[in-house]
Amino acid sequence: MEVRAESKGLVEFKDDRVFTWPTLVAKEFLAAIFVTVGLLFYSYVVDAPLRELSNPGQAENPAKAPWYFLGLQEALVYFDPWFAGVALPSLIIVGLILIPYLDINPKGNGYYTFKERKFAVSVFVLGYIYWYVLVYIGTALRGPFWAFFWPWEKWTHDFPTPPPLHSMPLPLGIILMMGFYFAGLVLPAMINRDFFNKLGIVRYVLTMGLLLTMIGTVIKMVLRLSFSIKYIIATPWINI
Amino acid sequence: MKLIPDLIKKITDNEIWKSVFRHGYTDTPRNRVLQIISNVWLHLHPAKVREHGTKIRFTWCMGGITFFIFLFETITGILLMFYYVPDVNRAYADMVDLMYVVPFGRFLRNSHRWGAHAMVITVSIHMLRVFLTGSYKPPRQFNWVLGVILLVLTLLLSFTGYLLPWDQLGYWAITVGTNMARATPLLGHEGPFAYILGMRADNDIRFALLGGTTIGAPALLRAYVWHCIAIPVIASGLMMMHFWRVRKDGGISGPL
Ligand code: HEM
Repeated sequence: MEVRAESKGLVEFKDDRVFTWPTLVAKEFLAAIFVTVGLLFYSYVVDAPLRELSNPGQAENPAKAPWYFLGLQEALVYFDPWFAGVALPSLIIVGLILIPYLDINPKGNGYYTFKERKFAVSVFVLGYIYWYVLVYIGTALRGPFWAFFWPWEKWTHDFPTPPPLHSMPLPLGIILMMGFYFAGLVLPAMINRDFFNKLGIVRYVLTMGLLLTMIGTVIKMVLRLSFSIKYIIATPWINI
Repeated sequence: MKLIPDLIKKITDNEIWKSVFRHGYTDTPRNRVLQIISNVWLHLHPAKVREHGTKIRFTWCMGGITFFIFLFETITGILLMFYYVPDVNRAYADMVDLMYVVPFGRFLRNSHRWGAHAMVITVSIHMLRVFLTGSYKPPRQFNWVLGVILLVLTLLLSFTGYLLPWDQLGYWAITVGTNMARATPLLGHEGPFAYILGMRADNDIRFALLGGTTIGAPALLRAYVWHCIAIPVIASGLMMMHFWRVRKDGGISGPL
């Protein structure tokens, strides 16, 4: 044991600390000034919107939520309100909260890296972009009656009637939905056993369940846009 | 030319000045430390920080800027409260007054409005940077959780403020937003399985939020109280915890 103790040299303690004053405080101060000037300048040039007095008898068309919720309002096109307006945002919040407990990869703690955490970074960044793409569509590309208009098109009230929608037969819908989650849970675990083993069953199911739900919303949109599918699962109680 | 040094000495070398500023400003390591720890605001910071934590390319300064905009909104918001009454008969007129009558009223209202949008943007960028640096990993998991709650509160702050002008834009935006509540499973009267709890339009969760079946005087008052008192107080408390935890978790995250 003596040998080991000897071979263990002194650990070099790297002190990379600098004085907060002025290094950090000066930057914060500058940032505060820039933000203030920027906001005041913008406020001087652009007026905040103020429309007519509210009138419960005359709905705005389109009536839009504040822009940061327009991704969810856009999801309303494809999903029932209980999902787009309640379940989906709740899942997003829960999913975000769970991130630190699901991602147990010890690498990439405190520095930028893509290589050491490809899966985590790709999923998060894609989800982030997805959110803002929906926000953009909801904000800029939706006109009266929530009809779709390209940026170069003029918003009009006479647009072609959208094609009629139809739902999948219930048994087919249930099979597809179960198949989707089943395959999505089982296949990655089989192909990448290492990934599964590292996470353990609980984390794995939560991670993949959330991810599959995110992908599922995209699939539903594609189904709607290309095959006019209204619901995948339609029951008298709940529709998805 | 001894005038200025003399003057400075006169101003600073007396009991009154020294009772306020406890140390001089000769640039010594000791004074750099004192500058932080003898100031109640600045001692939010440690006296020394790891170098990468001061780099804008690391933090993008987005957490700090979000906090700063929150302060900015508090100040402009308090000023707006002098001119605004959350009464359905007055609210809109107060807005018009702000835009056309109150000196700098338009400027004030614009700053508050654009600040609110800016804060939503910066908080979301802050979250992106925290994710990309993996700063939610141990030991900072819980601070990420606090952050997510702060994100939601930021959105709710902005959302409750949207109704206050009582114009068509806000009215219908909040209508669209709160209509979602009626579709809440179990708790909203149009939601799946609502019949189990016997939900109707006048006893479901949307009714509880609005204080009515439509957006009217009670809803305006509720939005106002949430917007000006409840959410800012809760958010301030959580921000204190958030900053406290940044330090208790070992300061800004960084490579080991
Ligand atoms: C009102 C909202 C918020 C404010 C005012 C705020 C403020 C701050 C500040 C000033 C810091 C110090 C470092 C920096 O500036 O980047 C920080 C760090 C941190 N924030 Fe936030 N934040 C908010 C929301 C969030 C959100 C939405 C999240 C994540 C979902 C989050 C997670 C964190 C974490 C984990 C740290 C530690 C980062 C590290 O050590 O590198 N915060 N926050």
